[in-house]
Amino acid sequence: MEFSYVPIVLSLKVAFAAVIIVTCSSIPIAALMAKREFFGKDVVESVITLPLVLPPSVIGFMLLYVFGKNGPLGKLFEQWFHTRIVFTLAGAVIAAAVVAFPLMYQSVKVAIENVDPNLEKAARTLGAGELRVFFTITLPLALNGIVAGLVLAFARSLGEFGATLMIAGNIPGKTQTMPIAIYFANEAGDTGQASILVIIMTIFSFLVIYGLNRWGKGSRRDSRGGGA
Amino acid sequence: MLKAFFQKKLPTFELEIKFSLNNGILALVGPSGAGKTTILQCVAGLQTPSSGEININDKIVFSSEQGVNIPIRKRRIGYVFQDYALFPHMTVEKNVMYGKPQKGSIPNKVLTVSNVLEMLKIEHLRNRYPNQISGGEKQRVALARALMTEPELLLLDEPLSALDQDTRSTLQQELLKLQVQWQIPFILVTHDLQEAEMLGDQIIKLDHGKQEELRKFDKAQ
Repeated sequence: MEFSYVPIVLSLKVAFAAVIIVTCSSIPIAALMAKREFFGKDVVESVITLPLVLPPSVIGFMLLYVFGKNGPLGKLFEQWFHTRIVFTLAGAVIAAAVVAFPLMYQSVKVAIENVDPNLEKAARTLGAGELRVFFTITLPLALNGIVAGLVLAFARSLGEFGATLMIAGNIPGKTQTMPIAIYFANEAGDTGQASILVIIMTIFSFLVIYGLNRWGKGSRRDSRGGGA
Repeated sequence: MLKAFFQKKLPTFELEIKFSLNNGILALVGPSGAGKTTILQCVAGLQTPSSGEININDKIVFSSEQGVNIPIRKRRIGYVFQDYALFPHMTVEKNVMYGKPQKGSIPNKVLTVSNVLEMLKIEHLRNRYPNQISGGEKQRVALARALMTEPELLLLDEPLSALDQDTRSTLQQELLKLQVQWQIPFILVTHDLQEAEMLGDQIIKLDHGKQEELRKFDKAQ
């Protein structure tokens, strides 16, 4: 059988879409969780990080329940957009976003917590409102953590398998992403296709980890002896 | 003109303070943990007193009785932090510009960044980042940044404690000059009685939240 690059394209599409969703949602939530105290915060924190430890099949099952034909959100989608989530690329994006969210969230939250509160106070004494403090002080100083979270979330989205398989299925050319293509190519005895994809995934994952480590070292060096 | 009397409950003691200041420098002196920084932060609005009233230029910024607590950003107070708190991702110029009031908000004063940088002799540092300048220079930048907001009151939290003796003496002289030039009250926190005596027109000594007035001389009187 000839090598198909379609799973790579699909995986990239899914990962990019998931990272956009995760970035837009995790930064405000992480900022809220890092800065505010409220009733039931620990419960919210646990729910947010749950996908990190839950088996992918459990996440897949829950997503199917929520986004399925008779699920609460599945129905809404059907009514509003006349489209379904299950067995579409949108389903794969949702699965990837859910599993990648906690990685990004934790990275951003730690980065925001590490910003020296005196700098934020200083900005307030200089007349800045809370939004200006966040966008001109907190966010730029937390940028390293945000970028690290972004890269991790992208890698995790790219590698998502279990939940994706359950909600998006294995439809070649439509929802068959790289990890799923590897699994089914191997099942079908097409080791050629499987090994090429395995090599690509491994090289990519290696580059992500290597790059993050290198970059982490570099930014630590930059900030050393710096600060105010 | 600053009038303040307030209480603030702290974990181990209750802070009680009463002072007024027309012009000149009020030095708050006392050992660490005496509540000096808490007083500054209460005046600035970074902490809320348990009860009392704070009045700046006949404007009540805090009153427990009337339920007034004006947010920090509207109090028009310059605050120099103990560790300077310069923004590490901005150049000296951007740091100083951060609190510059919008055009036309204060019609009487027209202060440019160059004025302030020149006054504090840090014009040559304009494009440097905080991690590229010395402690004394950071202190000048922090002062410039606070003054750029054209404050009605300047609060300085141990501004000279991290500097070597020479830089310290120079900056002490400059603080005195700056106060005369600027004509607004300064409150300066220090743990060094000598420094308090050298700089303070009024000195309040604090111990476990109780105040003892050591000197009272008000320039405007």
